[in-house]
Amino acid sequence: MNRIKQLFQEKKNILSIYYTAGYPNTGDTIKIAEALEKSGADMLEIGFPYSDPVADGPVIQASSKQSLDQGMTLNLLFEQLKDLRKTVTIPVLLMGYVNPVLQFGVEKFCEACAEVGVDGCIVPDLPMVEYEEFYKDCFEKHNLSNVFLITPQTAEERIHKIDGLTNGFIYLLSSSATTGKNLEVGNTTEAYFSRIKNLNLKNPTMIGFGISDKQTFDKACSYANGAIIGTAFVKAIADGNLEESVSNFMKKFKG
Amino acid sequence: MKYKVNEKGYYGDFGGAYIPEMLYPNVEELRQNYLKIIDDADFQKEFHQLLKDYVGRPSPLYLAKRYSERYGANIFLKREDLNHTGAHKINNTIGQILLAEKLGKKRIIAETGAGQHGVATATVCALRNLECVIYMGEVDIERQAPNVARMKMLGAKVVPASSGSKTLKDATNEAMRDWINNPVDTHYIIGSVVGPHPYPDMVAIFQSIISEETKKQLLEQTGSDQPDYVLACVGGGSNAMGMFYHFMDDENVKLIAVEAAGKGVSSGFSAATTYLGKEGVLHGSRSILMQTPDGQVVEPHSVSAGLDYPGIGPQHAHLFKTGRGQYVSITDEESLDAGLLCTQLEGIIPAIESAHALAYLEKMEFKGGENVVVCLSGRGDKDLDTYIKYFNL
Repeated sequence: MNRIKQLFQEKKNILSIYYTAGYPNTGDTIKIAEALEKSGADMLEIGFPYSDPVADGPVIQASSKQSLDQGMTLNLLFEQLKDLRKTVTIPVLLMGYVNPVLQFGVEKFCEACAEVGVDGCIVPDLPMVEYEEFYKDCFEKHNLSNVFLITPQTAEERIHKIDGLTNGFIYLLSSSATTGKNLEVGNTTEAYFSRIKNLNLKNPTMIGFGISDKQTFDKACSYANGAIIGTAFVKAIADGNLEESVSNFMKKFKG
Repeated sequence: MKYKVNEKGYYGDFGGAYIPEMLYPNVEELRQNYLKIIDDADFQKEFHQLLKDYVGRPSPLYLAKRYSERYGANIFLKREDLNHTGAHKINNTIGQILLAEKLGKKRIIAETGAGQHGVATATVCALRNLECVIYMGEVDIERQAPNVARMKMLGAKVVPASSGSKTLKDATNEAMRDWINNPVDTHYIIGSVVGPHPYPDMVAIFQSIISEETKKQLLEQTGSDQPDYVLACVGGGSNAMGMFYHFMDDENVKLIAVEAAGKGVSSGFSAATTYLGKEGVLHGSRSILMQTPDGQVVEPHSVSAGLDYPGIGPQHAHLFKTGRGQYVSITDEESLDAGLLCTQLEGIIPAIESAHALAYLEKMEFKGGENVVVCLSGRGDKDLDTYIKYFNL
């Protein structure tokens, strides 16, 4: 069974961490994955960097740029992930923009994901119609989940369509905002989360964008199967001892 | 209409709307409404009234005598440089500001490279009393100081884009981010025929006034609305698309798009997208773009800030791939020399962008008597510093 499916069947309050591959140093990709699993992360989203990441805020863009400047490519990333499954058991997704995937080759990309043990992908600028027409068969053949985003502005009909197309989880954006904005839990946000909860979707949901401490994490978990942390984590590992930074960061959520 | 957009938002293999979900409602709102709004009689009336009384249209189609003698062909210049604000950009911003009003938007954002589109946007925002925020690369802010001052005078807030290469593509990224963070009250006026569907089509429709007028003017002046050649420069490609639009289905009219070769197509400092680029996705549409084998966008170079863009609009990619358009390139030096030649032959100082199109005349061979239209997309006032330095004036 796909590791993502299994995780959602077995656990609640799932904590998923995003980080940029090859940041802060090119060789850190696997080290961070191992440290995160050791410190209690339930799922990983490894970002493959892109030169023009329009959905991301300044922190993740800067990490992407640094990683690219240091030589990160999709080829190198798959090389680094070759032995991923020798030490990392939790589900792993790759997250990034569509153009590098197109240049790598969609079929080849899916094969490479399956080969190294990646369980799913998040490609924010890949439109649903394109996915359905050109990518879905390939993803399914390689047992890869494709995760879609929804926002407070996403119409209900579209949410149901997304729910039908995906088989991993649905990524709820807490607000229509680039990454790194704070979660302001107020009446409108709560109404949005409740509305999604009451749709009884077949897929689990994860709340992303804007989770930065235990309080916002717990709040997110009361409406969804868990939450995703990106910007705050990327900031936390910018310098210092990597293992320590990871473990200190995770204590804030697991404590 | 085989070169126009289809119902899925594509031009052959190119186009579409490759956007994150956060932008979907904004783009979808536009997609559902743009044709309805544009086709409305009241909208058309107001749009054309403003083009006439405010922009100064129709722009003349000028038979350039000395150019014609030099090349042995009838060289017509479509004088977009005479528009208010000095370039074709205002045709689009007038259209989009009226459309934004119909959609009930209160705040306007835009990206700009050379500052021409920024000025054209700030101008219409002043005209219609709407809040205006312009994103401009830090590097461009430095090299285009007069246009920055103009935008400020017009009441716009100019926000420096300090990410990436700090030029046009990064300004575009920043504008898209702004739109993601302000999805309800803000309209994003994209300045070229790029971006997710329906932008390339919408901008082309607003710019198509250029070829609509040209056809009428040619008929009056030559007895035929079919020239032999139509030339225009291409960065993202909005003046070229406006110039080509009503000629696309006239297959006997040759369309020539002139890209910026920069310091030479193989120099590593170029913006000749069709020559150096590959198919891919940039700024929301599938097109041709300059990129590394790993799919990272490459920094372009051109002496002309308006052509300094690593992609071309999807409709151009389609015209290129189908062979309907001929895509050629002109170096920095060739364009500057052509700018001076135009000034000395015709008494018109062209924008360096437009000088790229003029420069290609030098490379063409005419049998004699052909009718050739060149889109003189903008005036050269903004480029005086560059001309002064290059010619030691």
